[in-house]
Amino acid sequence: MTGISFDISHMLAGFLVLLSFLMLYQVRLPPLLNVLAAHAFALSLSVAWQAHTQDAPHLYITAAIALLFKAILVPWVLRRMVVRMGIHREIENVVGIGLTMLAAMALVALSLEFMLPLTAKADPVVREDIALALSVVLIGLLLMVTRRNAVSQVVGFMSLENGINLAATGARGMPLVVEISVAFSVLIAFIVIGVFLFRIRERFDSVDVGTLHMFRGGRQ
Amino acid sequence: MGHCSPRAGPTDWPGAEDMGHQPEMIEPTAWCIAALLALSALSVCLPRRHGAIYAAATLVCLALLWCGATSLAAPVSGLKLPLGLPVTGVTLSLDPLAAAFLIPIGLGGAGACLYAIGYGQHEAEPARVVPFVPLFIAAMTLAVLAADAFVFLFAWELMSLASWALVLARHREDGNIHAAFVYLVMAVFSGLTLLLAFGLLAGTEGGFTFGAIRAARPTGGTAALVFVLATIGAGAKAGLVPLHVWLPLAHPAAPSHVSALMSGVMTKVAVYGFIRIVFDLAGPPVWWEAAIVLALGGATAALGALHALMERDLKRLLAYSTIENIGIVFIGLGLAMAFQSNGFTPGAVLALTAALFHALNHTVFKSLLFFGAGAVLHGAGTRDIGRLGGLIHRMPWTHAAMLTGCAAISALPPLNGFVSEWMTFQAILLRPDLPQWGLKIMIPVDGALLALTAALAAACFVRMHGIAFLGRPRSEPAATAHETDAWSTAAMALFAALCLVLGLVPGIAVDGLAPVVSSLLGERLPPQLGDKWLSLIPISASRSSYNGLLVFLFLASSTMIVVALAHRFGSSATRRAPAWDCGFPDPRPETQYTAESFSQPIRRVFGALVFRTRETVDMPAPGEMRAGGIVRYSRDLAWDGIYTPIATYVGIVSTRLNTIQFLTIRRYLTFVFLSLVALLLALALWQ
Repeated sequence: MTGISFDISHMLAGFLVLLSFLMLYQVRLPPLLNVLAAHAFALSLSVAWQAHTQDAPHLYITAAIALLFKAILVPWVLRRMVVRMGIHREIENVVGIGLTMLAAMALVALSLEFMLPLTAKADPVVREDIALALSVVLIGLLLMVTRRNAVSQVVGFMSLENGINLAATGARGMPLVVEISVAFSVLIAFIVIGVFLFRIRERFDSVDVGTLHMFRGGRQ
Repeated sequence: MGHCSPRAGPTDWPGAEDMGHQPEMIEPTAWCIAALLALSALSVCLPRRHGAIYAAATLVCLALLWCGATSLAAPVSGLKLPLGLPVTGVTLSLDPLAAAFLIPIGLGGAGACLYAIGYGQHEAEPARVVPFVPLFIAAMTLAVLAADAFVFLFAWELMSLASWALVLARHREDGNIHAAFVYLVMAVFSGLTLLLAFGLLAGTEGGFTFGAIRAARPTGGTAALVFVLATIGAGAKAGLVPLHVWLPLAHPAAPSHVSALMSGVMTKVAVYGFIRIVFDLAGPPVWWEAAIVLALGGATAALGALHALMERDLKRLLAYSTIENIGIVFIGLGLAMAFQSNGFTPGAVLALTAALFHALNHTVFKSLLFFGAGAVLHGAGTRDIGRLGGLIHRMPWTHAAMLTGCAAISALPPLNGFVSEWMTFQAILLRPDLPQWGLKIMIPVDGALLALTAALAAACFVRMHGIAFLGRPRSEPAATAHETDAWSTAAMALFAALCLVLGLVPGIAVDGLAPVVSSLLGERLPPQLGDKWLSLIPISASRSSYNGLLVFLFLASSTMIVVALAHRFGSSATRRAPAWDCGFPDPRPETQYTAESFSQPIRRVFGALVFRTRETVDMPAPGEMRAGGIVRYSRDLAWDGIYTPIATYVGIVSTRLNTIQFLTIRRYLTFVFLSLVALLLALALWQ
């Protein structure tokens, strides 16, 4: 792969990581959803670029799926939910943004430190892609762990899935059927989570997952 | 059913010379497994045709027996089926060792199914039993045929699960649920240790086929760990002390023909697993491994016999006696390992032949004894020998078969049990000057333990047979007992005849096992059948030889002479009279020897040490209108020393860990996240 195309794919992947950091920084839901849309958009750009450089036309389909569902549909539906629930002006109490950012930086360092020696013999594009994808996945998990709001946890899950997609498209020869099934499973998870959000909301008048815990029987 | 006779098997064994072109028997064997699985499914569809299912299973088992017998000396044949995991598939192979263990499976399976044609009719809920019997036999066959670790472990677990279902078949009887639970725990434990052993054998490359494992045998610490894990895993299934506790609970809980399969056949599959890993896959054994196996075998044999001697329950007694015989087999295996590790191959050959032969013999006589126990249980309605007595009049056929089995298992010539124990003794007496002190001490100790075991086993079976079949009935059901059905009697008669045949002409078994031994050790015993008068000469004629035929002729002729003389000079008039009773006729059967009183001397000698036996006199208070008595308490040290502490510890830990069942979603997510990060960190630092 020539220098410029390598740089571009590297830049797009790095952009995803940067957007993940941005997500950690957002304490209100609508901007968080905006960043999620940007995240998915960056993913679809990255996938499209991979399709171009690898001469793999089926990856364009993946990119289109990412653009359509993840960058447009999912954020739009989530935004409507947030507005309908009336929590779009709430400020979420997060663990501590500075601390979370530091932890995220440590995670990026860990995934680079872990992945780069492991994939020493692989194609440099794949190496970088996979290392950055792992950091996106880890930051997504971190987002899920540090947030209390169920919507933010869904956002964390979506960004985690974006990271998985990034890793998958970086590796050559990924069958289309796998990508499609991953996309569908995420869609279904999204629908289920969406339904659950409303059920939780109906019952507890809040989407704070802490209230779920109070409802549960047995030991506290 | 003439051709279905299990006797057909051993006489079919070919000599080692005429093995030119053998057809590959692996495919017929695989078809047998498929047929057994189909029968298992069919029995669910046809809930009323159990006799037919068992009859068909008998025929399939005979086919298995034939496959095993004809491929003993055949070259290794393999088969790869496109089933199972996508990368490995299912690899089967039939080598001499597998063939040697197909014979007990086919023989024991055929006998149990033939017996069950009649015995299964008395089953209250046959649908709980019938489907699992062919499945159980199929799983055991698959375990023996497996040529990669996946198939072996799958078959091993299937065997455990099928037999667990059979143990649970009569779940309403007292204690059976407990027995099934203990069995399941031990089966899982055994499977886990074998899984770890195969994981170590396969190494980081993941070569799970036996061929790949043989190509890269482990060395040093890995080999030692594999040995320890394989001994625990296979030993737990075979019933080695102290892993034996489930066996006397689970084996008697199943219906009698299944008990025969579990005791007679499944323990052999465990022995097969041990031999396969320790002799074949993990490479040549080291001397300290031999010392461990010898110690475990000796302890198992002696403790099993002692427990059996104390037991009142007929089937539990037989289960303890299984433990004893497994100990004898492991003594033989330990001797073979000791000799092989010191490069003394002729001794190893003799010891391994003895172990394999004893395993086969045990299948024959333990199946026979469990068949008899089932007949007694059905005829007299109880397994408690303290309530039996006088069955010789009511159940003459069962009596004759059981007597043969008792004599064989007590190692009395001219029956088969004697030959294999005699060969084990020959291997012990052969002891050359081994350099290691551990073996120098362990082998004579095992010789003493084996002698003690033989004596205790004889006492145990004299007690069992004498109390159950002789004397006067001790209870109403025993007095009105009835003989069992024709199918069960036929199965018992065939196995009794087999005990005699294998004892009279042991050469057929020894010659049949020769290719197996030579495939593992490189050498074989000299051919025995060609020798004059069918003598068994394991080492050289000047050292020792045994001629079953001659012993039999001597016993028969001397008995006939004594009988003829007695009839010639004694009175020929038969009259029935009360037994001599010191002048005080007392009609109650309680005045006879009881099971407890017979074993009391031995309990006094060993009980305080081995069973922590305490006897207290229970005296009624003055004026109280009840009988006094002696109360006996005895304990199993394996339970007290090992299992109870482990169970307590597991209970404490699980109570502590219970709190993590009640966390918030975020805490669980945090757990997942932190463990993922910790693993990544560990890997990153590891590099």
